[in-house]
Amino acid sequence: MPKARKQLSKSPTGIQGLDEITGGGLPKGRPTLICGSAGCGKTLLAMEFLVRGATQFNEPGVFMAFEETAQDLTKNVASLGFDLKDLVARKKIVLDFVNVDPSEIEESGEYDLEGLFIRLGHAIDSIGAKRVVLDTIEAIFSGFPNRHIMRAELRRLFRWLKDKGVTAIITGERGESTLTRQGLEEYVSDCVIVLDHRVNDQISSRRLRVVKYRGSTHGTNEYPFLIDEDGFSVLPVTSLGLQQIASTVRIPTGVPRLDAMLGGEGYYKSSSVLVSGTAGTGKTSLAVLFAVAACQRGERALYFSFEESPSQIMRNMHSIGIDLEPWVQKGLLQFQANRPTFAGLEMHVMTISKAVNSFKPQVVIFDPLTSFIIGGNENEVKMMVMRILDLMKINKCTALFTSLILNGQPTEDSQVHIASLIDTWLLLDDIEFGGERNRGIYILKSRGMAHTNQIREFLLTDNGVELRDVYVGPNGVLTGSARLVQEAQEKAVQTLREQEVENRELELERKRNVLEAQIAALRAEFAVEEIASMKIIGQEQAQEAQLAQERTDMGLSRKADVKSNKQKGDSK
Amino acid sequence: MTTNPAKPVLTKSKPAKEKIEAYVLRLYVAGQTPKSMVAFDNLKKICEEHLAGRYQIQVVDLLENPQLARGDQILAVPTLVRKLPLPVRRIIGDLSNTERVLIGLDLRKK
Repeated sequence: MPKARKQLSKSPTGIQGLDEITGGGLPKGRPTLICGSAGCGKTLLAMEFLVRGATQFNEPGVFMAFEETAQDLTKNVASLGFDLKDLVARKKIVLDFVNVDPSEIEESGEYDLEGLFIRLGHAIDSIGAKRVVLDTIEAIFSGFPNRHIMRAELRRLFRWLKDKGVTAIITGERGESTLTRQGLEEYVSDCVIVLDHRVNDQISSRRLRVVKYRGSTHGTNEYPFLIDEDGFSVLPVTSLGLQQIASTVRIPTGVPRLDAMLGGEGYYKSSSVLVSGTAGTGKTSLAVLFAVAACQRGERALYFSFEESPSQIMRNMHSIGIDLEPWVQKGLLQFQANRPTFAGLEMHVMTISKAVNSFKPQVVIFDPLTSFIIGGNENEVKMMVMRILDLMKINKCTALFTSLILNGQPTEDSQVHIASLIDTWLLLDDIEFGGERNRGIYILKSRGMAHTNQIREFLLTDNGVELRDVYVGPNGVLTGSARLVQEAQEKAVQTLREQEVENRELELERKRNVLEAQIAALRAEFAVEEIASMKIIGQEQAQEAQLAQERTDMGLSRKADVKSNKQKGDSK
Repeated sequence: MTTNPAKPVLTKSKPAKEKIEAYVLRLYVAGQTPKSMVAFDNLKKICEEHLAGRYQIQVVDLLENPQLARGDQILAVPTLVRKLPLPVRRIIGDLSNTERVLIGLDLRKK
């Protein structure tokens, strides 16, 4: 029958991450078994469940300890910030130490554990407890040799706890082939959580797994967990999934020319950037510049350094003209320096998570990531990077990882385990040519943006980082002094060419001048001729006029008809 | 059963010769169950036989005084605690195995 799905009612633990995995907490009003080998944190998990119940959820609790005295317990958990004395005084928690000393006990005839029931019942009723912890109940097996009675009584106890309606945690030592030494899982079958503590390469890691959770879905993976000064925290590996909304905002890289290489605008906001390169290629400088660029925009940058101390980085950055001091003082830049071997990977993820949550940076640098890889733990590091990336995406941080490539290693191969997680991958490479090493930078990939396929020369100058075009000649890529020589040569050729042009222009000018002189001479000659011709013409005309006059005069002297003569003369 | 086990009672069998080894025994029970009655009867019998005149039996019913379970670290019932002479001894069960009770009370060497 299709009905609205009703979830099992749950009792939140208040423990970071555990409520996520169990979908809201432990089964309410039922017993939960927590098992694991010695020193894996069973008691602490149980205690935190009680303390958080008492302080956060207003559910008082009873802690029945079979192994540690109340004083020891109070002292031990005080280091985690739990003030049991106060909680006991305020009647939020009852601590009851049950001493089971086999040497003191003699058995004679039939008995049952009613005393324990009464004792527990009294403790529960005295403060109205909703939560109960029995730590570690298996200890009673050593005190009471009669297995049959014990088993029957335990069965009765768990049923009794259920009837009481208290949410209980029962802890148990891990057995060789069973989950617990005495097979408690037979009785407590609603929820079983296994804790594990492993040491790999001298670094320990703790893990938690929900083996069983009757009537509820739960995360089935092994989840790393941590015990630190704030208590217990579980870190779900894939709590985020892949649901985050991708940002289209771009942020500058801190090197203008690199922005240009990445389509002119830099990285995507809240993307992940990997800068890999061989030793001394300027990975840290590039990372620092990115952080400084963020500070200049008024954003916060968090710098995780795994190999250098903050002061070392600051000193070194002075040499390329970057002063980090002001940003640190303004509170925009924060360093966190830890050796990778200082703790297990989970601890690092937790430290990172805590720092990110408290500092709320927009940009986070991890320098270098490769120092975590110690003897074949690439897969774990990949898991760690995945979790860090999830963390970054949740907090909308842009992450920049640096990664060292060992000499002689094929560059792409060495990074394969994390490369697929990364959005933008820059490679800094040594280019050896003409007796010197120079740095080159290129973009191996950059998801979702146009980017150049060309190599640029990467120069560390007194004023930061500079990227230059490289020369690609018949002998390959030219950088450094080879590039300078090439530049000089090109310059010489250009000068020559310029001179030639100038010469030609001069020649042309000269020719033009000559031509114009010739034209002027011809013009002058013509003018002379013209004047002469005009003169002759004038003389001719004058002569003609003279002749006509003379003719008239002659006619007058002959007394001819003046009028007709004059007309004749006019018509000429 | 001659005394009411629902209350701590003091049974003085005879004016004890209190000079040596007075036995103070406390029997923890949970209600007047058949088991607790059997235990009390058994205890009484053993005491009369072996400790005549120099013992006290206190019966504690945990149903009435649950807070007392904590002090003597009682888990199982019935539990007999030998408060005196020191050291404190504990015997659990209905005390039907007399041999073991005597061993538990240090009245017989193993």
